[in-house]
Amino acid sequence: MTDAALQIRGLVKAYERNRPVLRGIDLDIAGEGLTAIIGPSGTGKSTLLRCINRLVDPTAGEILFDGVDLARLGGKALRRARRHIGMVFQEYNLVERLTVMENLLSGRLGYVSPLKAWLRRYPQADVERAFELLEKVGLHGFAGQRADSLSGGQRQRVGIARAVMQRPKLLLADEPTSSLDPKTSVEIMQLMRELGREHRVPVVVNMHDVGLARRFADRIVGMSEGSIVYDGPGAGLDERMLERIYGGEDWLQ
Amino acid sequence: MSAAFRPNWWARGGWIALAIYVVYAASRLEFTWARFVTGLDNGARFLGRMFPPIIAQPDTLVSGLVESLEIAILASFLGIVLALPIGLFAARNLMPWWATWPARALIALCRSFHPVIVAIVFVKAVGFGALAGILALTVASIGFIGKLFAEAIEEISPRQVEAVRATGAPFASVIAYGVLPQVFSRFVGFATYQLDSNLRNSTMVGIVGAGGIGGTLFAAFQRFDYDFVCAILISIIAMIMVGELLARWVRGVFLERRAGRPSERVDE
Repeated sequence: MTDAALQIRGLVKAYERNRPVLRGIDLDIAGEGLTAIIGPSGTGKSTLLRCINRLVDPTAGEILFDGVDLARLGGKALRRARRHIGMVFQEYNLVERLTVMENLLSGRLGYVSPLKAWLRRYPQADVERAFELLEKVGLHGFAGQRADSLSGGQRQRVGIARAVMQRPKLLLADEPTSSLDPKTSVEIMQLMRELGREHRVPVVVNMHDVGLARRFADRIVGMSEGSIVYDGPGAGLDERMLERIYGGEDWLQ
Repeated sequence: MSAAFRPNWWARGGWIALAIYVVYAASRLEFTWARFVTGLDNGARFLGRMFPPIIAQPDTLVSGLVESLEIAILASFLGIVLALPIGLFAARNLMPWWATWPARALIALCRSFHPVIVAIVFVKAVGFGALAGILALTVASIGFIGKLFAEAIEEISPRQVEAVRATGAPFASVIAYGVLPQVFSRFVGFATYQLDSNLRNSTMVGIVGAGGIGGTLFAAFQRFDYDFVCAILISIIAMIMVGELLARWVRGVFLERRAGRPSERVDE
């Protein structure tokens, strides 16, 4: 497993002392493919993802990415590492009052000086790429629209395009479809898988929906109470395992 | 059986204490009906002498108004420019305590005194004239805009900031993309309100010698030129109304052109 793009070793996160949300996670993510992390609410899926790009600071453990331990980075080194990790959010987290184009280009903020970013003087190559990506995610002609005028599915497309604008080496998605209707959810998952393949970027997606995970993931990681209890293909995820991940059995009937 | 509504004895006691104090304070200050009636008589004579209004010194009136306008606009400009960084430093969700504490102390200090008191201090410090008025109203603007701006920043959605941080953006870009767009429209609102407020206050600082139409007004009062006083008051009303239109225009320029109009909204 030396060719893994991301290696997580003994990751622990406790928001309160002695009440760990993550209880020693070991996880390797390969250089390609879509990994779905499933599990009940409050089991630490979101915390795990946020530890990787350090929106949350881990309590203990290592996160090896691109030759460095992300868990120990700070300041400028952390910002440089974050540029290579794209993130898609459940609530889209677009800057509501900015246009679609401005939101896309904000994916390049790690590479453009604050003054140039403020004056909207982005390199021409970035702007051209943004237009290409807009077309790719099916939002041709939306560049000048304000983000808060879009529907949920459209916003998430912008969120994905923003993450891809970073030219990431790793794409994280925290419940990207939980706020969307079933049809849009499928379209969004298709888009994530397609972009991951096209750019040869590993994609890690947190999700609730087991069916959606089976359909789109090359690998499923099941979490329960802060630990990994299943790791394998969707086919191996039988009822007994789902019962172990989510607890109880009535809901499976 | 337990009561459905528990009596709040502290609130009841407070109301009774307030009622007693109001009666006591009124009796101490001779706040009586008889005095008010005598005053009305005097007021009627005063009003009678105000009409018809006469512009006794047109040059003084115009130069006073122009000076007031200049004081208001300069003080608003300086106040807004200075309140932006101070308000940003005062926002507790973005800055560490060693930045918010001094910024908050400065804002509290700016807000402690009425502009007229600050104007008196500046007249003593830098001498009579518009400079003292500009400085006094700048201080008031920093206090008002700084406080509201800091509060607006503290209420923003952290999600948008988080997303910008996640791209690896430097701090200044996080402010420019994650924070400012969220507070911009409110900031324009505070700034135009302050311009309006400064316009009104700039007509007043002149009374203590800090420049503007206030000095002319006070002089006319002291000479018992009540018809000229009336002309000045009418001119001030006109200027405030023009200022209101100006503020509305500024809001229109900054806000309506940027906002997505309902007709542009797209739903699936």
